[in-house]
Amino acid sequence: MSEGLQNFWLIVSKPDNVPIVLMIFLISFYCWLAYKQARRNDRYGIEEAKQADKVQVWPYLVKVEFLVTIIVMIILTVWSITINAPLEEPANPTLTPNPSKAPWYFLGLQEMLVYFDPWIAGVMLPTFIIIGLILVPYLDINPKGNGYYTFKDRPFAISIYSIGFLILWVALIVLGTFMRGPGWYFFWPWEFWDTHRVVALTNVDLFEKLFNVPTKNVDGSFNLIQVLLGGVLIIGYLVVLPMWVWKKYKDRSLILKAMGVWKYATTAALFLMMAGLPIKMFLRLAFNIKYVWVFGFGHDLFFDI
Amino acid sequence: MSLKLPFVPPKPPPLDKLKKDITQHEAWKSIFRHGYQDNQRNRALQIVDNVFLHLHPVRVTRHATNYAYTWGMGGITFLLFIVLTITGIILMFYYRPTEAFAFQDMKALMNDVSFGPIIRNMHRWAAHAMVITVMLHMFRVFLTGSYKPPRQFNWGVGVILLLLTFLLSFTGYLLPWDQLAIWAVTVGTNMARAVPLAGHEGPFSNYLGLRNDNDVRFILLGGTMVGEPTLLRFYVGHCIFLPFIAATLMAVHFWRVRKDGGISGPVIDTKASAGAKYIAEKMAEKRLSQIKGVSTNGNGKAAPAKAPAVPKPAPAPKPAAAPAAGAPSAPAPGTTGKPAPPWLKK
Repeated sequence: MSEGLQNFWLIVSKPDNVPIVLMIFLISFYCWLAYKQARRNDRYGIEEAKQADKVQVWPYLVKVEFLVTIIVMIILTVWSITINAPLEEPANPTLTPNPSKAPWYFLGLQEMLVYFDPWIAGVMLPTFIIIGLILVPYLDINPKGNGYYTFKDRPFAISIYSIGFLILWVALIVLGTFMRGPGWYFFWPWEFWDTHRVVALTNVDLFEKLFNVPTKNVDGSFNLIQVLLGGVLIIGYLVVLPMWVWKKYKDRSLILKAMGVWKYATTAALFLMMAGLPIKMFLRLAFNIKYVWVFGFGHDLFFDI
Repeated sequence: MSLKLPFVPPKPPPLDKLKKDITQHEAWKSIFRHGYQDNQRNRALQIVDNVFLHLHPVRVTRHATNYAYTWGMGGITFLLFIVLTITGIILMFYYRPTEAFAFQDMKALMNDVSFGPIIRNMHRWAAHAMVITVMLHMFRVFLTGSYKPPRQFNWGVGVILLLLTFLLSFTGYLLPWDQLAIWAVTVGTNMARAVPLAGHEGPFSNYLGLRNDNDVRFILLGGTMVGEPTLLRFYVGHCIFLPFIAATLMAVHFWRVRKDGGISGPVIDTKASAGAKYIAEKMAEKRLSQIKGVSTNGNGKAAPAKAPAVPKPAPAPKPAAAPAAGAPSAPAPGTTGKPAPPWLKK
């Protein structure tokens, strides 16, 4: 086994990373299970007669719970006997490990820090995730698809949630855990995590790349053309685009009409912010774009997007 | 020649009398109030007379017992929460949240305390597992559209519970007080620096005079870096504050599951609360008529003769009435065409 793969195995088999491996298998299994049922329901419909059929909780539900409890406790006991929880060197505030990583379930958020400034990646986006999730039932006005697996009856909702959960959350966790090494550089599984790796990466801002418009003037003040172009792009994306869609389609689309302007605006804002992450990831990874829009008031207040 | 034996009546097995003495005793009967005979009444009493089991209704729709539908993830999450509470209480006997003792106590737990390692391991692995099961539970609820009326509010409670699960896991991460712990928590809490209007590196920080010793991160950590005050804050948050909120919201969550008609399904349960039924019917009717472009006032009611917009809380013991689409020979699943249920046709 090469040095790199050995190194990868060390990381995968770290006790705290075992749950991620477990998660990958569980999610794959349940995705398959959901897909199977959705396909069946979409093809043949649901048997309502069976749904109205009632059984006594004792024993028909309790026995399932009992069985599940036993299985979970067996897994948990075997897991606890065989793998020790990690206990590293005593805490030392003067010795920073490289890479320093948050707990694994936050590594998707930490990965987002590569593409956005902390106030967006670490504060605004998580906040909007929580608010957006809470708002979902009030924004999704589709009356179909309540209480059974389906894709056909609500393709938009299922697609968005699946992409958000499986790619923007789970895949980023896997990426952040297994492929981000020292300096938060990207490492393939077969590569060794070299602590002294230096990557000659020069990230440039979008309009510098596109039109050679510098972000700042020589004296350090903001370049007005950049501020204007960036503002047009970001505000166009977040505000003008959804407004244009609303104007154009509100009379043609019954769904937009049924939603009304406020539900539509909220949905559009949340959707576009979510879509902003893969867009920015693509810009960064493909073209080394650092910021799309840099502006601020004075020298202390920056909004770098 | 045959020997004639005198008739000896068969003796009851010796334990029978003992069993009878015990189960007929006043003390026994005061604890277990119903018999063992397998009949509907006793099965119902088994649920109703038990404080833990009466979380359940006496009867549920058959599909609520279907593991492929529910994945059991909500139940497993609750089971893990109980495991975490029990192991966590045991761990508290051996742990002091101070800089001097925290790490030493962890070492002692792993090396000297009887069954220390297995208790600690179980606490940690159950915590990680709970993060996974809670995400899977949410995924299932979304895929089955179970947040739709009447369950909108309970979805919101669930989102807060998801957040609390992350926070519980995160606060617990610091307690071993090893390198893994403080640096993971340092990286995590560094995000608080960037909170707009509240963190000293966030937007507007200079205008508000925020420094690293008066911003939101300082409140969170009890200092300018992860130190002993942080350990105490996270300890109390982890052991008392967050579990208290989580347990309270769980009670709301479970209660609401019952009131909203149990596990979601295409049919609104007849046992759902009047409010839940009202919301389910009215909202679905309204939304359907909105999407169809039909005026809301009353026309939604015209359809049900053929196919109700919302599966009405049909009288449960009449399953035969279910395929109300008018086809006397209700096509079985798998036959020609797509015998879509009534609420899909609209």
